[in-house]
Formats: sequence, structure tokens, C-alpha cells
Amino acid sequence: MGERGGREGEHRHRTRQFEAFVAGAAGRLLHAATLLTAETRTRNPRAQALLTASLAHTYAQWDRLRGEDPYDRTRADLAARFARTAWRHHRGKGGVLSALTPQERLVVVLRLYEGVAEEQTAALLGLPEERVRAVCARSVSALRGGGQGTTAAPGRAS
Amino acid sequence: MTRHEQREDEVRRMLETPYPQVPGDLAARAVERGNRLLHRDRMTRRALWALLVVAVLVFTVWAARERPWEVPPAGTTPPLEGL
Repeated sequence: MGERGGREGEHRHRTRQFEAFVAGAAGRLLHAATLLTAETRTRNPRAQALLTASLAHTYAQWDRLRGEDPYDRTRADLAARFARTAWRHHRGKGGVLSALTPQERLVVVLRLYEGVAEEQTAALLGLPEERVRAVCARSVSALRGGGQGTTAAPGRAS
Repeated sequence: MTRHEQREDEVRRMLETPYPQVPGDLAARAVERGNRLLHRDRMTRRALWALLVVAVLVFTVWAARERPWEVPPAGTTPPLEGL
């Protein structure tokens, strides 16, 4: 009947598709994961572990994506996974965002690095939109000039 | 408004550093782990189906023996009246 062989072939086809996806997207995703865990570019074991788990999840869902972008799916899983284990990543290890809390890092990475809309970010993180906006604004001023000069500094010309 | 956007742009530029090096076996490890996930899902589904089949079987045997739909024979005789 060739049923076995057909299944095997399908499996190989899926693996090839998945590998092509990883080859194209892994660099950017690993960068995002490294920003989240606040590790450095050269030493990021936590980010690698996080991304491997999310990619495995995407691979397992591959046949059920139904036209959904695997990149978006992986990014959503990465964010959810990081949010679940955020207490482990509280202290940054020297990345750009290590001054921020895990939640602030999540918002900054999704909103500013990945350019996810405010509404979708709020849905992904289970937060109200106003909160996302507030956390983002707070993080931006914390990253620029160590917290001074929040919204109450309109006089400074640039 | 524009000031705010300007600052966001500045942070965006801070984040746009070169990508970290991707380990060569990342895809392979993800595939292996994904296959384990799929296998576990399949096993769980199979176990649940088996449980359902057993439950239906047990119920059928019990119902065939006990015939719960039949009115049980009266335990007491009705009181004698009209004497």
C-alpha cells in the first residue's frame, strides 16, 4: 500500500521545511532570546535553551500551523516560555537590557525590537494595553540616561 | 510625540547589534525534541482512548448483568384490603 513509505516521506519533507525555516530565522530569534535573558552575544546558554524548546514546539505543531507564520508562532512561544520562567532570569548577565526587569525586557523586545503592535503585545503577555505602553515608556527612559528625564522634562532641547 | 518616537528609535538602534552565532546543531536538537513531544502526545492520546474503551466495556458488561432499567421485584407484598 505504501502507506508506511508515504508517512516516512512526509516526515522527511516536514523536517526539511523546518530546517529551512530555522536556517533563515534562527539568527534573529536567538538575538531576541539573548536580549530577553540579558546574556551576552558570545555566552548565551539560557537563550539557546529557551529557543531550542520553542523551536521544538513549533516543529511539533508544524502540520497544524494552517498558514500561520512559523516565525510568529515561535516568537509567541518564546515570549510565553520566558514569562513563565522569568524569575530565573531576573539578574541579567551583561546584555544591553540587563538593567531592566524581565517584564520590561519582554515589552521592549516585542514592541521595539520585533515591532509587534501594542495590542498584540498586550494579548501575548496577558496585560492591558495601557500597562504595555507604560512599561515601554518607563523602560525607554531607563535605558536612556539611567532613569532621569522622564515625561516631566519637556524643556531640554535636543 | 516625536520626541518620544525619537527616544524609541534610539533604543531600537541600541538593540540592533550583530546576531549571536547560532549553534550548528540547533535545528537537529529542536527536531529531536519536537519528535519526543509528538511521541508523548501520541502516547497520551492512545492511553486516553484505551481508558475510554475499557470504561465503555465495563459499563456494557455491568448493564447487561444488572439490567438497571428493569423494575426490581417488590420486596414486600401489598397490604391485604377489602376484607
